[in-house]
Amino acid sequence: MQRKKSFNLGRFMAWLGVHINLVIMAIIVLYPVLWLIGSALNPIRGTPGAVMADNFGPIPIPRTLTLANFQRLFYEHDFGLWYRNSLIIAVINTVGTVIVHTFMGFVFARLQFRGRKSGLLAIMVLNMFPSFLAMVAIYSIFLTFGWLNNIYVLPLIYIGGGIPGTMWLMRGYMLNIPKSLDEAAYMDGASKMQVFTKVIFPLSKPIIIFVGFNAFMGPWMDFIFPRLLLRSSENFTIAIGLFNLSNPGDAAWDITAFTAGALIIAVPFSIVFFVFQRYFALGIAAGANKGE
Amino acid sequence: MAKVVALMSAVIWGSGQVANKQYVKGLFFFLIQMLMVGIELGTGTLRLILGQVPPHPRHAGMFTEGIWGIITLGTIPRETAAVRVFDHSTMLMLSGLLAISILVAFSVFYIWNIRDAYRTRKDMERGAHRDSVRTWIKKLMYDSFEYIAIAPGLAFVVLFSVIPILFAFLVAFTNYNMHNIPPRHLVEWVGFATFIEVINNPLWNQTLLRVGAWTVAWAFGATFFAFAVGFMQAILVNSKLVRYPKFWRGMFILPWAVPALVSQMLFRNFFVTHGVVNRILLDIGLINYPIVFFASAGWSRAVLLIVQTWLGFAWFMVMITGVMTTLNPEIYEAASIDGAGPWQQFKRLTLPTIFAAISPLLIMGVAGNFNNFGIVYFVTEGGPRNPAMFFAGDTDLLITWVYRLTLDNRMYNFASVMSTFIFIVIASVSVWNLRRTRAFKEE
Repeated sequence: MQRKKSFNLGRFMAWLGVHINLVIMAIIVLYPVLWLIGSALNPIRGTPGAVMADNFGPIPIPRTLTLANFQRLFYEHDFGLWYRNSLIIAVINTVGTVIVHTFMGFVFARLQFRGRKSGLLAIMVLNMFPSFLAMVAIYSIFLTFGWLNNIYVLPLIYIGGGIPGTMWLMRGYMLNIPKSLDEAAYMDGASKMQVFTKVIFPLSKPIIIFVGFNAFMGPWMDFIFPRLLLRSSENFTIAIGLFNLSNPGDAAWDITAFTAGALIIAVPFSIVFFVFQRYFALGIAAGANKGE
Repeated sequence: MAKVVALMSAVIWGSGQVANKQYVKGLFFFLIQMLMVGIELGTGTLRLILGQVPPHPRHAGMFTEGIWGIITLGTIPRETAAVRVFDHSTMLMLSGLLAISILVAFSVFYIWNIRDAYRTRKDMERGAHRDSVRTWIKKLMYDSFEYIAIAPGLAFVVLFSVIPILFAFLVAFTNYNMHNIPPRHLVEWVGFATFIEVINNPLWNQTLLRVGAWTVAWAFGATFFAFAVGFMQAILVNSKLVRYPKFWRGMFILPWAVPALVSQMLFRNFFVTHGVVNRILLDIGLINYPIVFFASAGWSRAVLLIVQTWLGFAWFMVMITGVMTTLNPEIYEAASIDGAGPWQQFKRLTLPTIFAAISPLLIMGVAGNFNNFGIVYFVTEGGPRNPAMFFAGDTDLLITWVYRLTLDNRMYNFASVMSTFIFIVIASVSVWNLRRTRAFKEE
């Protein structure tokens, strides 16, 4: 049968319908993102509706472009401090997580010792508790030890709370490294520590990078614990700062500054995500492979 | 004779080992006991013995004080600032838990010490070979590697997971809330009174049921909408009519560059009364007055669904596209030879394959939405407030309700009771899920 080259009305209508749908979806999906970018450059300071007065109708492009929002972010709001605090927390969390969790993953994946089974079971049970259940207690602990409003102690919660999940991931990955490598090393007289540093650690680099990356990115956008434990503006993290800027009920409500701040965060985020993309599939694969 | 040595070690650690002529080992255990006693003496008991403080467990070392504290939760409130000696109930509960955790760690050494004395003596009586001191130390160093390596992790888990969870659980059995804030007031053990209050007081149990029902409805509804839209877009983008599927898919996943938290905060500003959506609707002329979205329960819930669909559909779209690429074209050819039309092929082949592959993701989605703190807290803040419910709004999920019970309303004991209820539900579902996958694996 020969293909009809002539105009086919039914097919065209179908094509049109599909493409109208796609265009509408694309507008719905992209509009907020464009609005975010446009408002970051918008000179008006007011309600989101008022900000649009300077746009070309509903199109989120301001008539006059300005960088005042970025300036205000640093001079009127404490964005620089928030950024510094988030960075400190992220770095401490990354270092701590990588050291503590890698060791635990190694021990539980490669070594046989008394208490191993029950330890794994206990960690699995702990994993079932959502972290927010312990909020009252964590608040009390911080109060008791005088740690409230201290950005250097906050990461300890992430390190401790992440153990059930992250350790499991590490262990799942390390279980897939052939046992014969360890055995050969032990034959050559290596100690357990040497097997760890010379064999398992180098071979686990992808998962360690994945875990370290997550540990670094997590605190930037965590809200629950910083809000619970950090009190004064000079100790806020980016997430709390942005929340206050975006909250219509807050005195600091400043939507154009918020969009500017969101942009400052989103741009490096997406670059980093793009760069680390290949490790993500790997992390998911390791997570799927966590059976005994 | 072996029992005598064990008993010696049970009283003075290491003394049984000394009787077994293992002096180094004996010293090792003795030093551990001294460490424990030293902590107790150094943190208060010594001063108590010397008579520098009144003889009361409150002034004793951390183990005595902790255990006394967790049992009584203190006896003297600080009713005025003039009260110099007072008990802080929640701190006492916490020190009790800490003391018990440390004692558990010591008890491991204690049991080891007794068993070692007993076994060594048994071996001696049988005339079995005994390791020299040097071999013992070497062995000990080798065997303890695992424990030393996980010690920091273990400490973190105990301090930031185990103790908080136990504390949260214990608070459910106290009257710790805004009416009893230490140190002004003492917190007391009240047994199951809070549980009974939650079950009997219609305001509490109605709130729990309503928030719970909305949470379940939300978990399924939000997942369903994201899935349905994602599914539709996956089918459309991958249809033969579309020339550049990669371009459209790329467009749809572009918002992933913006962190979810930022999108949620932004959407709140889209839907506020003087927000973007009202502005556009007014400009188009669809409405004459702005809609107050966040004042009505129905609108607020609709907004949450819209925002969650916006955030989540692309993920399902990508996953479903992935499944569709694995569909075998030969089966479709066979189907059309057998006379199946496109609709039948879609219904009998495409749909079942996609559902089989996607169902674990749907379960994950439901579980994620069940605890989707961000969307509610950042978009509606749980609002609008509903006076028929205790400290809850119409869009509050269990997690945000508990969060606000804790942070804003300081109803700690009620928050703990709710957490306990939620945990029981989550744990049973998890256990069921775990058993199901196990059974699945064994097949």
